[in-house]
Amino acid sequence: MLTNRSKVVVKKEMNFWERIYLPAIFGGVAVTIKHMFRRKTTVRFPEAKREISSVWRGQHVLKRDEKGAERCTACGLCAVACPAEAITMTAAERKKGEEGLYREEKYASVYEINMLRCIFCGLCEEACPKEAIFLTDRIVPTDFQRNDFVYGKDKLVEKVNERIDVSVRQTPAVTEFKKHKSLSHNR
Amino acid sequence: MIAFLTYKIILVLVIFTITLAVAAYSTYAERKVAAFMQDRIGPDRAGPFGIFQPLADGLKFIYKEEIIPNVSNKLLFIVGPCVAMLTALMAGVLIPWGDTVTIGGIAYSLQIADLNVGILYVFGVVSIGVYGIMIGGWSSNNKFSLLGAIRASAQMISYEIAMGLAIIALILMTGTLSLKEISLQQAGGVGSHWTMWNVVYQPLGFLIFIVCAFAECNRTPFDLPECETELVGGYHTEYSSMKLGFYLFAEYINMFVSSAVISTLYFGGFNFPFMNDLGLTQNWITILGAIALFAKVLFFVFFFMWIRWTIPRFRYDQLMNLGWKGLIPLAILNIGLTGFFTLWLGHK
Amino acid sequence: MTLYAFYFLTFLAIISALLVVFSKNPVYSILYLVITFFAIAGHYVLLSAQFLAAVHVIVYAGAIMVLFLYVLMMLNLNKEDEPHKPTLVKFAAVLAAGILLVVLIGSLKGASVIQQKTGPEIGLVKNLGKVLFKDFLFPFEISSILLLAAMVGVVMIGKDEPKSKTESE
Repeated sequence: MLTNRSKVVVKKEMNFWERIYLPAIFGGVAVTIKHMFRRKTTVRFPEAKREISSVWRGQHVLKRDEKGAERCTACGLCAVACPAEAITMTAAERKKGEEGLYREEKYASVYEINMLRCIFCGLCEEACPKEAIFLTDRIVPTDFQRNDFVYGKDKLVEKVNERIDVSVRQTPAVTEFKKHKSLSHNR
Repeated sequence: MIAFLTYKIILVLVIFTITLAVAAYSTYAERKVAAFMQDRIGPDRAGPFGIFQPLADGLKFIYKEEIIPNVSNKLLFIVGPCVAMLTALMAGVLIPWGDTVTIGGIAYSLQIADLNVGILYVFGVVSIGVYGIMIGGWSSNNKFSLLGAIRASAQMISYEIAMGLAIIALILMTGTLSLKEISLQQAGGVGSHWTMWNVVYQPLGFLIFIVCAFAECNRTPFDLPECETELVGGYHTEYSSMKLGFYLFAEYINMFVSSAVISTLYFGGFNFPFMNDLGLTQNWITILGAIALFAKVLFFVFFFMWIRWTIPRFRYDQLMNLGWKGLIPLAILNIGLTGFFTLWLGHK
Repeated sequence: MTLYAFYFLTFLAIISALLVVFSKNPVYSILYLVITFFAIAGHYVLLSAQFLAAVHVIVYAGAIMVLFLYVLMMLNLNKEDEPHKPTLVKFAAVLAAGILLVVLIGSLKGASVIQQKTGPEIGLVKNLGKVLFKDFLFPFEISSILLLAAMVGVVMIGKDEPKSKTESE
């Protein structure tokens, strides 16, 4: 009664037509038969995929640079930014002769994202100073065991010869921002 | 004698196969109809449009682990689904699928057996059908199964009365119990020899009959014996593998047979409009008639599914009120009206 | 052919009738009783009384026995709570049943075999109806009144007794 929005429920005595059920049944039957000829909402998944927004946030990728070296330096900013605490990593120092593998002196020897915890908010991507982690338009597939949802570097880092294009997801504002080479972020 | 036996055996085998095939594909149709009414597509993985789905389901049923509960009554546990299946198949014997086909001067009837107590036989077999459910539910030694069985028996007995009274009104009008004769009386339909289907004369009786048929087949809105929300799985809670398959299969066969009985009694059986005006030979009329009856039966099977995916389940007291306080007085009224009009109009 | 069917049905009827009495489990008794009824329905068919057979199956096997089964399942009779009957009651039961048997045998012995009308048409609904509503109209109606009386009695017993006003206060 405080909000004046409460409704008084009245349980009325049914009249004759309501009591013989038939009009209601015919009404219901008409509704269902109409639905039979409606457009179906099912998407036959593996063959057809649901249309998604251009900025849709799906499974993560750890990018490599142009030469094929991993961009991630295990700074941990993504893990700090993550509201679901889904990211863990272990940092390691680059040895001699590994310059082709890792871009900078420090790299992530272990990098794990728990896909069951992840809420796909994209804060890790925003936090990353090295443009290493991006969310892509890929869907995280289902699995049978909880362990299998903890994605390690084997699943996250893109293959050297199968690069994953993330430019589609960048909004015009971001691409504009990236053009300014003088800003420290873009160096 | 030998020729007669071969003809009967072939007929039995054909009708048996058709019944089983229709029952198998009813499971597929049920899922498809449900899906379409809910704006989905339904099973479409096994073969084109999923038409091999019944085979896959059947294989699954056969290969599933067979569990017989330790505390159950083992013999009756096995007898239950057998009785359900047996009675479901027995009722189909009397359906007249057509008049006669003359091959080589001998007239072959498309009906396995024309008993002169026809409809009463069907009725008797249907009333036996409840034993399958009761035995299965009791022998499982599970309270939910037992409750399901008890509900089934109470429901089926209550609705059998109204069903019988609805049939009595029809028999008053037709003056015969034989399904074949009832079919023949409705011959013609629209076209020359204006004889209407019985549904025109017996709309109330038809309505009562079809509601009772829903209840006898344990179909929604009367599927309280297997009401999931209250009874887990009802009388077949403890069943697994092909025994569960038998119960589910029996339900679809029952549906097929009751659709056939409804079409025969009220919708002209194997007769179709303009059948006497097309100038066809007797054999062609019979074959087209069989197809017409099949189409009618399929429509009613669809109607069963249509209702199932439209109307929610009744509450148990509503079910009993509808049966005893609604349908039985209506059926008695119907008998009275039919008797009055039969005398007044001198019909038959 | 008919003779063999008769022997088979008789054998089935007697065996299952005996099993009705000797089964420990009342549910088994009922199921055997159902088989007995089927055998008797078979006998009706042999006597070319198809209508009677069908009605027998519908009413007895299909309805009354289901209700028996229904009640038994609700009762949940276990071996533990089976009431122990005193020897005197058992003796009285045997005596009463024996007397009934003697009466039955006596009456059957004195009865002469009625030469029945034969023919496949005899048991059809039309003939049966004519007999019932012409020759035996009075007993038929009396039995229907009997059933009505039973029904009224059940309704009276089953009705809620109106609470007296002092009680409901």
